[in-house]
Amino acid sequence: MNNRLTELFKHKQNNLLSIYFTAGYPELTDTLKIAKALENAGADFLEIGFPYSDPVADGPTIQQSSEVALKNGMSLKVLFEQLKDLRKEINLPIILMGYVNPVLQYGVEKFCTDVAAAGVDGVIVPDLPMYEYEEMYQYYFMRNNLCNIFLITPQSSDERIRKIDALSEGFIYALSSSATTGKNLAVSSDQTNIYFNRLKNLQLKNPLMIGFGISDRESFTKACGTANGAIIGSAFVKSLNEGFDEIRVQEFVKAIL
Amino acid sequence: MNETTINYYVNEKGYFGDFGGAYIPEMLYPNVEELRQNYLDIIYDPSFQEEFRQLLKDYVGRETPLFYAKRLSERYGTNIYLKREDLNHTGAHKVNNTIGQILLAERLGKTRIIAETGAGQHGVATATVCALRGLECVVYMGEVDIKRQAPNVARMKMLGATVRAATCGSKTLKDATNEAMRDWINNPVDTHYIIGSVVGPHPYPDMVARFQSVISAEIREQLKEKIGRELPDYVLACVGGGSNAMGAFYHFLNDESVKLIAVEAGGHGVNSGMSAATTTLGNEGVLHGSRSILMQTEDGQVIEPHSISAGLDYPGIGPQHAHLFKSGRGEYVNITDDEAMQAGMLLSKLEGIIPAIESAHALAYLEKMKFKGSEQVVVCLSGRGDKDLQTYMDYFKL
Ligand SMILES: Cc1ncc(COP(=O)(O)O)c(C=O)c1O
Repeated sequence: MNNRLTELFKHKQNNLLSIYFTAGYPELTDTLKIAKALENAGADFLEIGFPYSDPVADGPTIQQSSEVALKNGMSLKVLFEQLKDLRKEINLPIILMGYVNPVLQYGVEKFCTDVAAAGVDGVIVPDLPMYEYEEMYQYYFMRNNLCNIFLITPQSSDERIRKIDALSEGFIYALSSSATTGKNLAVSSDQTNIYFNRLKNLQLKNPLMIGFGISDRESFTKACGTANGAIIGSAFVKSLNEGFDEIRVQEFVKAIL
Repeated sequence: MNETTINYYVNEKGYFGDFGGAYIPEMLYPNVEELRQNYLDIIYDPSFQEEFRQLLKDYVGRETPLFYAKRLSERYGTNIYLKREDLNHTGAHKVNNTIGQILLAERLGKTRIIAETGAGQHGVATATVCALRGLECVVYMGEVDIKRQAPNVARMKMLGATVRAATCGSKTLKDATNEAMRDWINNPVDTHYIIGSVVGPHPYPDMVARFQSVISAEIREQLKEKIGRELPDYVLACVGGGSNAMGAFYHFLNDESVKLIAVEAGGHGVNSGMSAATTTLGNEGVLHGSRSILMQTEDGQVIEPHSISAGLDYPGIGPQHAHLFKSGRGEYVNITDDEAMQAGMLLSKLEGIIPAIESAHALAYLEKMKFKGSEQVVVCLSGRGDKDLQTYMDYFKL
């Protein structure tokens, strides 16, 4: 079967909107409801975070949603249970995002098998290093036709970005500056312009999505001016703080697109 | 298994056996990679070595004595030596590492220093060297620890550091470490992160061990002078992240006749749910950037530890310790809060030395050992008890 994510990028190269939210937040059983609402609202693909107790790359908003999700009883086991009927309801490409330790405890091989069985298309594990991925885990990702998404920042060297490009499937997750999630970043400062020009000149094989610090129509539009699309995380998670509401999700996405 | 073939030191991939590596998000990669590429060249540059040694001598007060504890030896019927890291400036072994790292940070052109701290000992040691060298210093500390360790917070402030509260999670050492890592992610150019123990992504565990290895280098020389041989029968040290223990073990790792005993914090007892006995309660996983052994749930969530000593209140151990544990080179044991407190009182009464409660864990294990009488036993007295006076007062109703 084709991977939905790579298919998507074949058909659409501009203004792609991806939305991140934390599984099991604000309520344990909200995961699929939120996914469905985002599909209805017009997002292009989704990132579902599986929570971790020590999320070092995340700012306060996602730290807090992770903490609540864990208190609600979310775990990888519970998440895969919830995702059993995913493909009966939702057609969008879906990526799981989370830290390496829960994946190691679950077992990397079993994790990849269960991710694929649920109909999920890719995985982002920000603290899984390239070396270990290549040596030990790439085989399981490939065998299950999963995209593994890597992050890059303005401090990543050309050489490293090329290596990441060679190892990536789906897209490359470009941060507009080195930051934890939820910071409001200047997407169009001189420095970021230099960085995006550098990326353009590298002629990467993978599409680019800009993430971290995209929060509204203005930052989304600017990001789409330099990349294939952008990813919104903390701003959306914040909009769920008062509880999940289908209408509010609609309005959130409408305000962006 | 042929023991002599085991490599107890770091390999070229940044691993100690199955443990170590650099499990970090891409945002930290440039800084950690810069450090990895340069740390050995910088540390072994003669001008660095000269400056490092001079500061350890004139500023820290090294070498620290190896003290034959006569009354303690009589009590246990053997020969006990205390490696007096408590006599270092700032009161613990932590400063050996911060001196090394501040000199390294300068050579990397960094102008801003961040650190995490639990009890505040590493925070004070970091603030101290930043004052000494005139660098900006930000220390992250759990909100709970800020309340528990007020005197050390005041010290850091006097030394010119900014103390920032970690308000997420359990609000203790592990969360302070998370906050420091987040700071580094957000300040990728001018900042160096001085990690306080042999934990974190490669090259930190190896680098911190090298700075702390001055402890075992001195023990060898001092033993030779005192008893005519460099090798003791036992070396004991407490383990939080494991830096004083690794420093005390470092130059003995290949001398298999030297038994290395690492003492973890048992808290209220390993089965109480209030413990920090990592090797007993934990299993393999990734914490703070390296593969090691940590206390975690079946789902891979980190479990909050407990110890009466804030310096041992950490859910993991450094990857080199995980390797020594798994390979059997080190013996990993644990001591409860109560046993440690009694040992702290005993040393005070017998030798006139009030130890840090962390160090008292190592001393307490003497009580459980069987001696023939002729052994040479070295205990690393990692710190002094001044910072723990309130805890001693509350515990013993002084
Ligand atoms: C006196 C003392 N000993 C031991 C420790 C534990 O750290 P490590 O295991 O890295 O030596 C600390 C930490 O704060 C300490 O202050």
